[in-house]
Amino acid sequence: MNIRERIKEDLGSKITYWQETNSRRIYFTIDKKDIFKTVEFMFRKLGLRFAIASGMEMATDFEILYHFSYDKTGEIYSMRVLIEDKKNPEIDSISSIFPGAEWIEREMWELLGINFKGHPNLKHLLLCEDWPEGEYPLRHKNEP
Amino acid sequence: MSHKVIVPIGPYHPLQDEPEFFQLYVEGEKVVDIDIFIGYNHRGIEKLSESKHYDQVAFLVERICGICSSSHPYAYVLAVEDILGGEKNLVPERALYIRTIIDELQRIHSHLLWLGLAGHFIGYNTVWMWAWKYREPVLDMFEMITGNRNNYAMFKVGGVRRDIKDEDIPVLKKALDDLVPALDMFKGACMDDPVIQARLKGIGILTRKQAIDWCVIGPTARASGVNIDVRRDEPYGACDHINWNVIVEKDGDVFAKTVVRILEMYECVSMIRQCLDKMPKGEIDADVKEIPPGEGIGRVEAPRGECFHYIKSDGTNRPVRHKVRAPSFMNVASNKVAAVGQTISDATITLAAVDPCYCCTERVAVIKRSDNKKIMNGWDLIKLSQEKTEQLKKDIRVLGYQDLEIRGLGD
Repeated sequence: MNIRERIKEDLGSKITYWQETNSRRIYFTIDKKDIFKTVEFMFRKLGLRFAIASGMEMATDFEILYHFSYDKTGEIYSMRVLIEDKKNPEIDSISSIFPGAEWIEREMWELLGINFKGHPNLKHLLLCEDWPEGEYPLRHKNEP
Repeated sequence: MSHKVIVPIGPYHPLQDEPEFFQLYVEGEKVVDIDIFIGYNHRGIEKLSESKHYDQVAFLVERICGICSSSHPYAYVLAVEDILGGEKNLVPERALYIRTIIDELQRIHSHLLWLGLAGHFIGYNTVWMWAWKYREPVLDMFEMITGNRNNYAMFKVGGVRRDIKDEDIPVLKKALDDLVPALDMFKGACMDDPVIQARLKGIGILTRKQAIDWCVIGPTARASGVNIDVRRDEPYGACDHINWNVIVEKDGDVFAKTVVRILEMYECVSMIRQCLDKMPKGEIDADVKEIPPGEGIGRVEAPRGECFHYIKSDGTNRPVRHKVRAPSFMNVASNKVAAVGQTISDATITLAAVDPCYCCTERVAVIKRSDNKKIMNGWDLIKLSQEKTEQLKKDIRVLGYQDLEIRGLGD
């Protein structure tokens, strides 16, 4: 069974949307509460490599894409998670599964203001220590 | 007795060429923990990119780094072309070959630069001088093809900006032929030298499991036995039209990382030769007019590892979101495990062994501030250093030191 079928079968109804833009680019959406278990499954069971995560502010919510690379076939599985609460965006940290995610979570925390629950060391990475609280450079300023 | 001392390396330190701050916690000679602070070079390129149109972004991302200044624009155009239906379906065949030639030339010059620095860090300054000497002809090749030694401005969505002229090809081939004996020399000087082996073997080890957990990429991963290379796994440019090998080592120490980089340079030379031979005639640009809405991911194997760009387009002439992940972002973090447990003298070369990315100035011009006039150029500097050497020789003769052995700083 190839990796694409395994993801579809094992995650089953957790996947709310599945899209293949070409043979090597797969985007799928899962719910926020399933993030930890799913990443654990993708990283530990399937042996996918975590490439990076990219966060973005949308009109009504925050979106995080976790990009996993399957290097045997060159496929990238981008897992989309939406965080609806724009006032206090929060999601489970995946750094305890593997330490390679620590830095990017710190980066998203400081640039977008998303709180990662359970992160061992949530402090500034790129910005200086005395960066004003509540100022998030990658957020859009939509005030009227 | 346990007495922790903090030894700071950085943010500005003679051993580092870019600002990074490593805080080493030391007990006696042994490094017991390390804190890494980055961000001194943060310029907000991702945010800037959202305010530039697609053609401008290629120039912007080129300036992320002067050493891998073809990897970032290449990954970026691949991401945009991913939205448009993929590089292979869009870009003319000749442009694919030119892209690979530029990308591989860049790998040679970057690896030579690292090799020189690594030699410098362990007190082997001969390797430093030689490596940078033989890097010059590679930069000359760049200058011939693109007009620039760094920041080549070759990549654009849909193709490349300049063609390689037919009359340049024999000159390029000759330069490559001249490079091989130099690589042989480095192979001998680094891989077969018992002193280098004693210095580099068994230090800064990153095991295979650690390499996977810290998601490291490029030569850092390949030296730890993780067999990944974007050029093979998801071929771009002409990488799948030519024959070459992925170099993988098992030991994970600094020596293995050196070996991977030296052997990779041979592969690069072979790849460029094949590209020059096989390159077909024809167009070099597909003339893309519009970018449709969508998401695209582009990645290339930069000299330091996978360079990852993500673009979200809403159909306007600017990206809505542009995520850039340079390979060092993943590799530098792994120092947390590679440097801990070492002695402090091994820590510096371990920190440098992942080849943290930096920009450097190649040429110097001293300018008088009042009228902006050049008062000193490269030749003046050479003359100055020759005069200084002559003066030193004279001083040594005067003091009667001529029988003394001249020793390097590292002794």
